[in-house]
Amino acid sequence: MAPVATPFFFYLLSGVMLIGGILVITRRNAVHSALALIVTLLAQAAIYLMLYAPFVAGVQIILYAGGIMVLFLFVIMLVNLERNLKERQFNRQWLVGVVAAGALGGLFIVVYSKGQSIFPDRALPIAEAQNTQIVGTMLYGQYMFAFEIASLLLLVAIIGAVVMAKKRI
Amino acid sequence: MPQLIQYIQSYLTSDLTPGAAGNVFWALVYILLVFGGLSVAVIAMNWLERKILAHMQVRLGPMRVGPHGLLQPIADAIKLLLKEDIIPAEADSFVFWIAPFIVVLAAFTVFVVVPFGPTHAITDMNIGILFMLGVSSLSVLGIVMAGWASNSHYPLIGALRSSAQMVSYEVAMGLAVVSAILMTSLNATGTGTLSMIGIVQAQQAQGEWFIFKFFPLGLIAFFIFAVAMVAETNRAPFDLPEAESELTAGFHTEYSGFRWSLFFLAEYSAMIAVSSIAVTLWLGGWLRPFPNLLHGTTWELAFSLFPGLTFLFLAGMCFYSTARMPKHPYFRVQTIGLASFGVVLALIGLALFIPQVSLRIQDIYWFCMKVAAFMYLYIWYRGTFPRYRFDQLMKVGWKVLLPMGLGVLILTASVALMQTLWHP
Repeated sequence: MAPVATPFFFYLLSGVMLIGGILVITRRNAVHSALALIVTLLAQAAIYLMLYAPFVAGVQIILYAGGIMVLFLFVIMLVNLERNLKERQFNRQWLVGVVAAGALGGLFIVVYSKGQSIFPDRALPIAEAQNTQIVGTMLYGQYMFAFEIASLLLLVAIIGAVVMAKKRI
Repeated sequence: MPQLIQYIQSYLTSDLTPGAAGNVFWALVYILLVFGGLSVAVIAMNWLERKILAHMQVRLGPMRVGPHGLLQPIADAIKLLLKEDIIPAEADSFVFWIAPFIVVLAAFTVFVVVPFGPTHAITDMNIGILFMLGVSSLSVLGIVMAGWASNSHYPLIGALRSSAQMVSYEVAMGLAVVSAILMTSLNATGTGTLSMIGIVQAQQAQGEWFIFKFFPLGLIAFFIFAVAMVAETNRAPFDLPEAESELTAGFHTEYSGFRWSLFFLAEYSAMIAVSSIAVTLWLGGWLRPFPNLLHGTTWELAFSLFPGLTFLFLAGMCFYSTARMPKHPYFRVQTIGLASFGVVLALIGLALFIPQVSLRIQDIYWFCMKVAAFMYLYIWYRGTFPRYRFDQLMKVGWKVLLPMGLGVLILTASVALMQTLWHP
């Protein structure tokens, strides 16, 4: 099926993502920040869909919006929020923030001024029906090593969590 | 105008879903049909649950509004809509306001990919099963938001329990689903599929429902899913988030009227959604029972009579009850109403005997019957099992279902590998 109104949806979703991102860092209430982050992540999943990557979009929804953010909310709800609301926020690292923002902005300006020349020629989108299969064969074929390293890292993290949480093993 | 009619008619002979065919009109019709059907199913479930539970406990259940309490859910709905919509003073009003909508949205969006038949789905997605699991996992966000925004202790505890429970059981559920998806790849090309329609077609091609595949591996995977899906929908015996004896009503304690009914609607449509995942993955979706043993034209004809016979049976039940209604003038309206309901059912049943109609409809019928069996099981669980304690719940999820799921997944993969290596 041909894509419908692509620029419109791209700008809409980018707008939602930007507003969500700004809300994440400006809300005082941590739960509101987390909810804004969920909106951002969902819009990001929709952008993946527009890039002909339905599998990545589905995984994004399951893992980030459905899994990780639920755990985030779970932890935030256990924290005493009333006191935090009245307290002065202590993450005053604006110097680092300015440097990072400047670097990222510089990168964007470079990319924008160079234009299309730095990107490879437009690759044909893979047919939707084969997308997931191709992701699978890539992960377990060409990028097997990186994939195994990543899973080893996760295994270490799981063991670490168990060791830290359990008093007596 | 003729073009429009042609556009509408052209889909009728199509063998694609409206979404896949790109037919906007029929997609809209299907969305309305699914939405309406779902609402009716939820209303019917409300009545059936109270009635069946009552009969299991040797009570009568609702009897006052309409014959055998048939109109009770409608009376309840009117009562709920007329109730005052209360937002607690200390609640976070925006989050409180939006939480029920998120739950309902997640529960209904899932039905975009539910395959009622090879052509009877709103659309077919390449990532169908992932989409279903992903979107239905979003409903926990709504529950957490509702519990937190109420700014009260019972809802907060209910929401915490709910999120912990749903996140834990999602793991076992996912493993069971993966072992079923592995089975779809056992064909000549060796490529599996995540599409809901593709999964049922794989079962059709292999001539076996996945519940019987590699016996008992398919059965165990189905069992894991069947337990996890009850926990996932917060139903008894895993209904700790809304345990009445401990938490009043759990995460929706502070909700009233329309907002509460949205939670109710979402809970029941989520139950239907997970049941349709189970039906699609293990019970052959829209396929009729015993396609291998009982085939041939005679059996095809016999099975195509089932939808009509079901409706005629229901109509017969209506007429039987009409005859048994008390002969007092007070009951005259009810008697006439019940009789005309029976006539409507009988007409639907007769219409379903027309060969063209029954050919087009029977896959929907088999799918709905399988889902209905699951709905009955849900009520049966509620009537028979006592509620788990929270530590028992976590133990079942992490120490029983998760290792079982991992084992089934590894065994399924090895058996499938052996099969492809030795019998190419």
